Amino acid sequence: MRRDRDAVPEALNLLDDRRPGQREAALALLDALESKISRSEAKPSGAVLRDAPRIGLTGAPGSGKSTLLDALVRALRKRNETVGIVAVDPSSRVSGGALLGDRARVRAGAGDRGVFLRSMAARERLGGLADATWPSVAVLAAVFDRVFVETVGVGQSEAEVAGLVDTLVFVAQPGAGDVLQFMKAGILEHPDVFAVNKADLGAVAERTASELQAALAMSARDATGWQRPVLLVSARDGRGIGELVAVLDAHRAHLVASGALAERRKRARSSFALDALERRYGTFGIERLGGREAVRARLLAEPEGGGNAFGLGLAREIEAALGKSR
Amino acid sequence: MTLPHRDPPWVFRTYSGHTSARASNELYRLNLTKGQTGLSIAFDLPTQTGYDSDHPLARGEVGKVGVPICHLEDMQALFEGIPLGRMNTSMTINATAAWLLALYVAAAERQGADPKTLAGTTQNDIIKEYLSRGTYAFPPEPSLRLISDLIAYSVDAMPKWNPINICSYHLQEAGATPVQEIAYAMANAIAVLDAVRARPDVPKQALPRVVGRISFFLNAGIRFVEELCKCRAMGELWDEITRERYGVEDATLRRFRYGVQVNSLGLTESQPENNIIRIVLEALGVTLSRDARCRALQLPAWNEALGLPRPWDQQWSLRIQQVLALETDLLEYGDLFNGSPVVAAKVADLKRAAREEMERVLAMGGAVAAVENAYMKRRLVESQTARLRAIEHGELQVIGLNCFTETAASALVEGAHSILRIDESAERDQVEHLRAFRGRRHDADVQAALASLRDALASGQNVMPPSIRAAHAGVTTGEWAGVFRSLYGEYRAPTGVAVSVAPAADEALTGLREQIRRLGERLGRPPKMLIGKPGLDGHSNGAEQIAVRARDVGMEVVYEGIRLTPGEIVSSARDEGVHVIGLSILSGSHGVLVVDVLEGLRKAGLERIPVVVGGIIPEDDAAKLRAAGVARVYTPKDFDLNAIFGEIAQLVAESAAA
Repeated sequence: MRRDRDAVPEALNLLDDRRPGQREAALALLDALESKISRSEAKPSGAVLRDAPRIGLTGAPGSGKSTLLDALVRALRKRNETVGIVAVDPSSRVSGGALLGDRARVRAGAGDRGVFLRSMAARERLGGLADATWPSVAVLAAVFDRVFVETVGVGQSEAEVAGLVDTLVFVAQPGAGDVLQFMKAGILEHPDVFAVNKADLGAVAERTASELQAALAMSARDATGWQRPVLLVSARDGRGIGELVAVLDAHRAHLVASGALAERRKRARSSFALDALERRYGTFGIERLGGREAVRARLLAEPEGGGNAFGLGLAREIEAALGKSR
Repeated sequence: MTLPHRDPPWVFRTYSGHTSARASNELYRLNLTKGQTGLSIAFDLPTQTGYDSDHPLARGEVGKVGVPICHLEDMQALFEGIPLGRMNTSMTINATAAWLLALYVAAAERQGADPKTLAGTTQNDIIKEYLSRGTYAFPPEPSLRLISDLIAYSVDAMPKWNPINICSYHLQEAGATPVQEIAYAMANAIAVLDAVRARPDVPKQALPRVVGRISFFLNAGIRFVEELCKCRAMGELWDEITRERYGVEDATLRRFRYGVQVNSLGLTESQPENNIIRIVLEALGVTLSRDARCRALQLPAWNEALGLPRPWDQQWSLRIQQVLALETDLLEYGDLFNGSPVVAAKVADLKRAAREEMERVLAMGGAVAAVENAYMKRRLVESQTARLRAIEHGELQVIGLNCFTETAASALVEGAHSILRIDESAERDQVEHLRAFRGRRHDADVQAALASLRDALASGQNVMPPSIRAAHAGVTTGEWAGVFRSLYGEYRAPTGVAVSVAPAADEALTGLREQIRRLGERLGRPPKMLIGKPGLDGHSNGAEQIAVRARDVGMEVVYEGIRLTPGEIVSSARDEGVHVIGLSILSGSHGVLVVDVLEGLRKAGLERIPVVVGGIIPEDDAAKLRAAGVARVYTPKDFDLNAIFGEIAQLVAESAAA
């Protein structure tokens, strides 16, 4: 397996390929990847692959996610970290096409091999992610020092993205009444970090931050014991970007120390494998093995790096069961 | 024979400049001997975006769409033998307007002219650059500061100068309806005047004089009756806004003063001789009504959709103005339309709708906010999309393009000779001159001048005086802009394409979508297309329309926007895993930049990805590009976008099968 940057684009193309043969090859690639990933925090060497922090960035259109990501990438490049980015945009319901764009503002990486950007259309999926998002992130995490997933949010997507990354950052736009909207949409439950962007606007940004703070007071600590911070940041004048990077590092350390990281990773991987099985064999196929939760439980029980974490074995079982029922 | 009294004619100009300061100077002197009464300077794209001619991004662009001006000696050469104290000069310059005006003032001072005597215009309108023209350099806020610095400075130091031309011209080129053109121009003017009013160095009593110096730059399309009404509506609205919002009591200071370049968007590549008729009619729209007549007019040449016009082509356009103003009896009458109920009703309609749209923009925080949240851009892309669809479907008739296409061979078009060619050695010569100039100047003076510019910026002082000193000291365009770039960074304006709404199905689209869907099944994923503009050309309207249509036929489109280096395009194509690349170039730099992209793809082992190119590309250049490996070349006569995407789908299928 090549693990240099040059191999990444082709790998991502394969993971996005829906032809049956390519799907099998993609799952095999993921299994091989999983077996070589280092579980330690030390910088890996030799045949062992790293497993970089995976960070989600969601927020309403216009909240300045792209610009903030641009500022983050600049800051990380100054520290010599390499960065992989997956940016997801919705597809048109009418044409099936998509404009993946206005990413033009992630410019820090233009011509810089330490930055990789792949944009994706969500296609049939609702909720801000594409089928290929999770596996693409897994590949990028083996090659780059840090991986970001950027997607339009509000509501459903926060839950989806939270299930896929280690750390979810919600980018809030300053403005009256927003916090109430966030609460209504159930957004506040999922993010690990809140970044109120456009802090250069002054009082209005500070007010939004304190409203968020107040709204979070009841649930400031999540189940893992993490105190969810609210930060004021400005992509425009650079305010708070350093703190945001520090918070991302702190959350990563917390996840490792509390053992939550391994748990999150396993859940995310299993969810992807379950969805992939269901896309392929339908609800009917999944029911041959006792339904979604039963399949999920079996996927969670698979040992890491055992070559079966992505359900290739389960696929054979389903095929056998379907064969019998015909 | 005694002739009746005539009004003085408007200022006759021709937008021109190319190759080098020396070549442009010759052209200007020639045009003045032919009866042109003012100059209109076209700068090349590096100068407009603040790069020296030897900057990597300037490659292929030097001297192409205008004249390269890197330093004071270039500016002096541009006006050699032209006394600036007696000239009226319009400079189409925006992001770097303060700098080019500083060079102009310094050149005038070297001629012995007093800056107080200088007459002319700096376009200096940054907001429309984000919306349409794309030659911005800095983010909106510092850009607005530069604009207002120039205005605050010139009001006293150069009282005859028009420090800003609020441009609705480029909005119409980007697809604006008359209502949008009026509304966004007014919102733009308000943003500028509000910024000037807020300055501590502009006393309250000076504001009416500032308002009196604001001028506009309009477009005039082929629907010339409506255009005439548009000009009248803008005059009335401006009178109301300046009185209500800025309390200007003196009616002469509330006058709506404007210059015009008539529409280029509607000029066709097919049967190009028809363009001369379009240009005449468009000129009528802005001259017929005395109460809303333009102050200065520049007409495009009949062959602009083919390439750069030659001196003879420009002369023909100048003669149109002269015949209209001097030979006809147009200037002998008062306003022909006062009292016309038809005109009055149309003007009232336009005013009401424009005010509504303007208020909408003001309510979201004004023109700058409506740039940053992409509202105006999105509305323009929508209008443009609707217009192009109407042309495709034949609802909008364009003679010689989508109807009456039968034609005899044109006696005017003679292949490669019917346009101006820029000598490819122009760039090399310019770079050599620039480097020699850098070697001659006093480094200590240059460093001191840049330091005092930095100080002025940091302390909030007006940047004009230190810029004029920097011009005298030998600072270059790239160095001046570099001071701002280091402080404010590069800026990318929102494109407005991602939010445009997909159309309901029509028949041609339905078939095409099915073709694309089946192609996606064969590829394993929907076809993905990269669309971008290499080089410094910021006219993104065409690329945006292609991006929107690509989405509408079912492709996944990575729209990378403007100002990309060939290297960025290649790495983006690789990282994004695209199946086809579409490049758009209007600046005439296709020869160099497209070939660089093809070369880069080959080096990256990506030569199987087909490349298509669109733009104003003469046929013999197109042949060269195809020989170099470009799969298809599209020019303005290819108006049927569905046909284009049918071909692109075919190309992708072939490359996947190979």
